[in-house]
Amino acid sequence: MYSQGLIGADSRTEETDEFLAAFQARIDAEEKIEPTDAMPEGYRRTLIRQIGQHAHSEIVGMLPEGNWITRAPSLKRKLALLAKVQDEGGHGLYLYSAAETLGVTREQMTEELHSGKAKYSSIFNYPALSWADMGAIGWLVDGAAIMNQVALCRCSYGPYARAMIRVCAEESFHQRQGYEIMLTLCSGTKEQKEMAQDALNRFWWPALMMFGPHDGDSAHSEQSMKWKIKRFSNDALREKFINATVPQAEFLGLTVPDPDLKWNEEKGSYEHGDIDWDEFWRVVKGDGVMNRERVQMRKDAWENGAWVREAALAHAQKRTAKVAAE
Amino acid sequence: MGDVTPLWEVFIRPRNGLAHKHVGSLHAADEALALSAARDVYTRREEGTSIWVVRSEAIAASDPARAGENFDPAEDKIYRHPTFYKIPDDVGHM
Ligand SMILES: [Fe+2]
Ligand SMILES: [Fe+2]
Repeated sequence: MYSQGLIGADSRTEETDEFLAAFQARIDAEEKIEPTDAMPEGYRRTLIRQIGQHAHSEIVGMLPEGNWITRAPSLKRKLALLAKVQDEGGHGLYLYSAAETLGVTREQMTEELHSGKAKYSSIFNYPALSWADMGAIGWLVDGAAIMNQVALCRCSYGPYARAMIRVCAEESFHQRQGYEIMLTLCSGTKEQKEMAQDALNRFWWPALMMFGPHDGDSAHSEQSMKWKIKRFSNDALREKFINATVPQAEFLGLTVPDPDLKWNEEKGSYEHGDIDWDEFWRVVKGDGVMNRERVQMRKDAWENGAWVREAALAHAQKRTAKVAAE
Repeated sequence: MGDVTPLWEVFIRPRNGLAHKHVGSLHAADEALALSAARDVYTRREEGTSIWVVRSEAIAASDPARAGENFDPAEDKIYRHPTFYKIPDDVGHM
C-alpha cells in the first residue's frame, strides 16, 4: 500500500519478448512485484480491475448488514455487527489504496462504481430479509470470501498481498460471529430454526457463485494464474469451500439445498448440482433484486457527503494560507 | 471546488521499543483528519501506540530504474560481514 506519489512518472513499458520473459522469470521465482517495478500493461490493467472490484465489494457489502444494525436482537449482536461492518469499510480502504499504487485514482474508481462500469461481487445484490440472514452472510459469504482471500495473500503483487494479509486476519471473526448466530437460532424455537434454514436456502447458491464461472468459462483465469495474481482456480476454491461448509451445516442440523450434493469417496470431496449461471450473469449485469438500490445508496452517500469533503478541504487550504502569511 | 483530497502515508509504532512502520495510506484534507482516519482504519485491534502521517508527495524515493547501481555494489563486499574473517574455534566465541 504505497502511494501513487511513489510511482515513477513514466509507467509505460516496452513489451518486447525479452521484457515479458524477464517479468515472467521474476514471477516464476516467486519475487513480489512492487509499484515502482516495470510490469506489462496487461498485468497492471488486470490488477486495477480486480483490486477495484474487490474494494467495491467490501464497500457495497456494508449495505445489506448495515441495514440490520439497528434491528440486532441484543446489544452483543449489535456490537458485533457494527464492528464487522466497520471492518468491511476498512477492507475497502486498504484495497482502494492498493489499487491506487497502480496509477488509478480513488475518484476514477468511485466514478466507475457509480456509473455501473465497475462490477462488485454479485452476492450483495441479494436482499437480507431476516435476522437469520446476518448469520448466513457471516458464515457463508465471509466464509467464501476467506477462501478467496487466503489464496490472494500469496498474490505476486506486493501491495495487494499485504492488504489481503491484513484483511484475512480480520475476517475470521466475521465468519465465527455469523456461525454463532446460526447456532443460536438452530438451538432455539422451531420458528427460529426455520428462519436459519430459509437463510441457508437463499444464500447457498449465491455463495457458490462468488467463486466465479467454471474454469473453462473463465475469461481471464489462465493469464492471471500464469502471473500468479490468482493462485488457485475458481472450481478448486469452490470445492474447498463446499467441503469445509457441508459438515458445518450438518452440525447445525440444517439441510444444504442441493439434492444432487454427494460425497465422492474416491476424490475425497463433494460433488455439487448444477449452478444456475444464467442467474449469475443476470445479477452481475445489473438485474439482481438489489442492484439499483445498492448503487443508488453509494451515489447518495457520495453526493450527500460532498459538502463535508469540500468544507474540510477549504478549511485546510485556509489554514495553510494563514500559516504562509505569518 | 474540484480539488482532490490529498493522499497520506501512515506509519504505526506497534508498541514502545519498536520503530514506526509503514502500514498503508489514506486520503484526508489535513493532518488532524488524517490522524483520526488512520486511527479508525489501521488501529481497530490494538495495532499501535503511536501514529505518524506524512503527505505522500513529501516522500522522496530512490529511482527504481537505478536500483542496480544503487544496491548491487554491496553484493561483492563480503568483507563487511563477520563470517569473512577466520578465527580458530579454540579462541572461543567472538
Ligand atoms: Fe471484508
Ligand atoms: Fe468480512
